[in-house]
Amino acid sequence: MSSVVVRDYIIPANDFTIAGDASSNVRKILSQIGVAPDIVKRTSIAMYEAEINAVIHGNGGQAHVEIDENKIVIIISDQGPGIADLELAMQEGYSTAPDSIREMGFGAGMGLSNIKKNSDILEIKTAVNEGTTVYITVFFK
Amino acid sequence: MEQYYFHSVTLDTSKCKGCTNCIKYCPTEAIRVRNGKAVIIKERCIDCGLCIRICPYHAKKAVTDPLESIKNYKFKIALPAPTLYGQFGPDYTRERIVSALKQYGFDYVFEVARAAEIVTNATEYYMANKEIKKPVISSACPAVVRFIQIRFPNLIDNLLRIESPMEVAAALSRQEVNEKYGIPLDEIGVFFISPCAAKVTSVKAPYENRKSNVDGVLSIKDIFLPLLGIMKKQGDITSEPFSLSSAIGVSWAVTGGESSAIKEGRRIAVHGIHSVNDILEQAVKGNLDNIDFLEVLACPEGCLGGPLVVENPFIAKVNINNEIAKIAKNQAHRVLPKHKDVKEFEWKSTVEYRPIMKLDDDMMKALEKMNMIDVITEGFLGLDCGACGAPSCRALAEDIVRGDAKETDCIFKLREKVNSIAHQLHQIESAGSMSDDNK
Ligand SMILES: Nc1ncnc2c1ncn2[C@@H]1O[C@H](COP(=O)(O)OP(=O)(O)O)[C@@H](O)[C@H]1O
Ligand code: SF4
Ligand code: SF4
Ligand SMILES: [Mg+2]
Repeated sequence: MSSVVVRDYIIPANDFTIAGDASSNVRKILSQIGVAPDIVKRTSIAMYEAEINAVIHGNGGQAHVEIDENKIVIIISDQGPGIADLELAMQEGYSTAPDSIREMGFGAGMGLSNIKKNSDILEIKTAVNEGTTVYITVFFK
Repeated sequence: MEQYYFHSVTLDTSKCKGCTNCIKYCPTEAIRVRNGKAVIIKERCIDCGLCIRICPYHAKKAVTDPLESIKNYKFKIALPAPTLYGQFGPDYTRERIVSALKQYGFDYVFEVARAAEIVTNATEYYMANKEIKKPVISSACPAVVRFIQIRFPNLIDNLLRIESPMEVAAALSRQEVNEKYGIPLDEIGVFFISPCAAKVTSVKAPYENRKSNVDGVLSIKDIFLPLLGIMKKQGDITSEPFSLSSAIGVSWAVTGGESSAIKEGRRIAVHGIHSVNDILEQAVKGNLDNIDFLEVLACPEGCLGGPLVVENPFIAKVNINNEIAKIAKNQAHRVLPKHKDVKEFEWKSTVEYRPIMKLDDDMMKALEKMNMIDVITEGFLGLDCGACGAPSCRALAEDIVRGDAKETDCIFKLREKVNSIAHQLHQIESAGSMSDDNK
């Protein structure tokens, strides 16, 4: 049996009720394979924020996850509007979320910086009108 | 090292029909039906009592101490949970219930409601500390604490690190009796009168290596009729002096009681173990960071809905609320007792993560097992029918990989296998008859 666990999830657009299901599921897998709770927590925060961004800003997308005994790699991609100025977007508190989203408690502009803080490697590929792909790596040791 | 597990929630094998009704409801997937009878996986059970409520044949029960066990002690203290006051109806006031306990044979009654007020004080003090992790999660319900230990290790640091009202009541009453009457500690028996199976477990097998101050746990169900009998014959009870708790302590029996007793902050109250699971999922995602206090109770309608109560929880709620309304009018009960040093009720040690869902100690092997589970699950129909005795197809696949079940426990897999054997037999047979013909 292979010792790489692979998961793929669909992230539906604008559906807040199931946004976060993928990261919850990954959290359970990591606990089952015995990853330390603080690392599980960092991973699920990073993944959750990226998932929510795909829902709110990217018209939905997909998540691809690969887990081996050293690390987890999470790739969240969407075919949405892309990010014009990534450096600006990364700043704490910067958000283009409309009021309607903010009223629901999202859009504080902390997502990308939280992902950065909680991952070991973060890479973002984005192009206006083409979409955004977020690569998150968290090491287990 | 073999770990010792005590559980109050147990199965009465003679009553179990193996109907599989209970398996899907258990919040930790702790129940399997094997050889036609339910089995509880000890490591996983949190004594939430849900299966007791679900079982149509009353085959699940909560073990408590027999009423006679109070006779083992010279001096007997009763600690009635505030839920007890909701069981009897409008004619039976708290004063009558408390004096009935004395008539029953207890030498001293210490209301758990009184201790609940002290815990409320201690909680306010604790919450004033700006360093603590928010939301603070109530630790009064032992089933929830155990649930967090198993499922939400990241929330362990959010638990309110203060002893439960039951434990505080036990410690204080023992001390009071010892000081007031000079009764030696070993002659004092402290008995909690409980709506709750999880409390029994937390007394008999406390978290980690702590020691409970409670000597025995009696169920409200068992003591209900004796108390009612006494109260029916009860004369005038007003002569007896009472130091009863205020409304705040009594309201702890009702959901929202604990959280609204705290004066400040954004507080939410959630009850029913599956709703508790949902709110804790929100908490781990960081969605509750703007909440100060989270009251979480495993039973629907909180302790009033505990598995050891007699009265319907909604009726009990009316009874309790009437009692609370009466107290509120009485100024004397309104003052919250400020206990001298709330710090003494803080937890001396924390509770630990119990990674019982882990597939293997070796992560490499755990990953392989995870993949095996995926493959096996894919081979099943995905109906989650429960006929195999596991709560879902995936749970059966997990059991198979853990070595606790086999693929043909699935009735569809069994049918496939039987069909293929039948087919093989048929082939052998026709081959045989062919050779017969050739004779
Ligand atoms: N997947 C995405 N597609 C398009 N824009 C995005 C995406 N993710 C983030 N952004 C942009 O970056 C900004 C900052 O993101 P973030 O830090 O998560 O804050 P928030 O989501 O609260 O607005 C967003 O407001 C949005 O303009
Ligand atoms: S619900 Fe569970 S305990 Fe009750 S009879 Fe059915 S299998 Fe047995
Ligand atoms: S008491 Fe709760 S945790 Fe234990 S077996 Fe029953 S439903 Fe499951
Ligand atoms: Mg965001």
